[in-house]
Amino acid sequence: MTDLNKLGLADARDALRKGETTSKDLTEACLKAIDGAGALNAFVHRTPEIAMEQAAAADARIKQGDAPAMCGLPIGIKDLFCTKGVPSQAGSRILEGFLPEYESTVSQKLKDSGAIMLGKLNMDEFAMGSSNETSVYGNAVNPWRRAGDTAELTPGGSSGGSAAAVAADLCLAATGTDTGGSIRQPAAFTGTVGIKPTYGRCSRWGIVAFASSLDQAGPMTKTVRDAAIMLEAMCGHDAKDSTSADLAVPDFEAALTGDIRGKKIGIPREYRMDGMPEEIEKLWQDGIAMMKDAGAEIVDISLPHTKYALPAYYVIAPAEASSNLARYDGVRFGHRAKLDHGDGITEMYEKTRAEGFGHEVQRRVMVGTYVLSAGFYDAYYNRARKVRTLIKKDFEDVFAQGIDSILTPATPSAAFGLGEMKDADPVAMYLNDVFTVTVNLAGLPGVALPTGQSATGLPLGLQLIGRPWEEAELLSSAYALERAAGFVAKPEKWW
Amino acid sequence: MSIDENTAARVAKLARIKVEPDALPALAEEFNTILGFIEQLGEVDVEGVEPMTSVTPQRLKRREDVVTDGDQQAAVLANAPDAREGFFAVPKVVE
Repeated sequence: MTDLNKLGLADARDALRKGETTSKDLTEACLKAIDGAGALNAFVHRTPEIAMEQAAAADARIKQGDAPAMCGLPIGIKDLFCTKGVPSQAGSRILEGFLPEYESTVSQKLKDSGAIMLGKLNMDEFAMGSSNETSVYGNAVNPWRRAGDTAELTPGGSSGGSAAAVAADLCLAATGTDTGGSIRQPAAFTGTVGIKPTYGRCSRWGIVAFASSLDQAGPMTKTVRDAAIMLEAMCGHDAKDSTSADLAVPDFEAALTGDIRGKKIGIPREYRMDGMPEEIEKLWQDGIAMMKDAGAEIVDISLPHTKYALPAYYVIAPAEASSNLARYDGVRFGHRAKLDHGDGITEMYEKTRAEGFGHEVQRRVMVGTYVLSAGFYDAYYNRARKVRTLIKKDFEDVFAQGIDSILTPATPSAAFGLGEMKDADPVAMYLNDVFTVTVNLAGLPGVALPTGQSATGLPLGLQLIGRPWEEAELLSSAYALERAAGFVAKPEKWW
Repeated sequence: MSIDENTAARVAKLARIKVEPDALPALAEEFNTILGFIEQLGEVDVEGVEPMTSVTPQRLKRREDVVTDGDQQAAVLANAPDAREGFFAVPKVVE
């Protein structure tokens, strides 16, 4: 078998179980692909020794007939997940040299399921960004380029390294996390599949916290089936995360019937934004036609508070971040600034945080500090939390009307050029999350998958939003859309 | 609501982030852009709406009030920039 790194999880798993390949061969193929892809800057800490050791163990397990879902499958782990003894920096200078003494629940579950860790993946600092340009490691680069153009494009963010690595076949799949769209936007920018499950499905324990009421982990994969397989391995109740749901995890793969006959698919009119590019509108209309052809009933719906989701998010997320990131004080872990003679503890905090945090993180921590400060708490923070209640209610209302899932664009554009947004104001960058952020605020599951290409040949994605805890049904609808769209394009190798 | 340099300096102080005086005007301008965007929330009628505390309805779990972990001094201190004699070390706090 050639090009084993190009396989998805399901195909590789089946080949392993049939004895057609070994985890050792799969892992070596990925490690070789990673070595040849320095230009993408996707893997920022490589763990080849750990990978080969795990592969040998996986091969032994498979031989004994004990092959759990992810057994022998090489994947990448976003730098946000704490991995024992392996650098886990959240893309930040302030966690330089940090070697966790523990393993995050999600990465432990993947390990227990037999997955092979190839290394850690690039990301925006503390997952704050939509282009991977705030990373201390430098930009991750999208393997896709515009036709006839060599300009480097963003793989999206914050899970930009994960998306680039999966799209470029450096690994079979990767973990991501999503606070406002950080799995779904990069997936859409790279022609890959990404699902953010219902809030509480995946344990947040051991994942560096950004905004705890919004953060969720999820898989980034090459197909919907792969997403189902990997999500199941990541989910489940964890006593170490008090918000983790004590619910049984369904067999997501078995639920992939792709039968959406009679399902009610909502099309929210508020997602038709002014100035939306024609190709995004066309992508959406094509997707609607595909769902209809597959037997779904298309229903025009209204989510009236959509417009206020981004502003609410940019109060709530920075507020929670300012609180979560207070722990980076130069005392217990990570960077501490060199102090001048006579500096006291306050100077230590202030210099450490000025040196350790990048510009975007500093800005969000300070915005969060402001909206939580005396005199503004009610006007900003409490008001945003009330608006969040209304945004969630919008979804509850349409689900109560019998809507099964909601179809929207995943992003307002195709991948943009690295550096292109440099002079734009921060709000322009925030608009990247306009279609995804509502889902985090309402705690719902959302999946992005590629269904078309831009005029310049770049992948474009649609998003399906599901009812809480109904990832199985959501993935099945996504599977139907994936089959109808028949997206098979891959980036031409230039790296 | 407009943020001036003094407010920006106060926020930086509260956040314990050192900002050089010459960076304050640009910072204040960025705050104003972001807060201008957030101001839209003022248009929403939130009369009688409860602020969300938990996105999924749940009652936090309780457990027995017993020690479940501990005796990990070396692991706790392993990543400290400065640890001495089993403690985190920091610059002098009390004169």
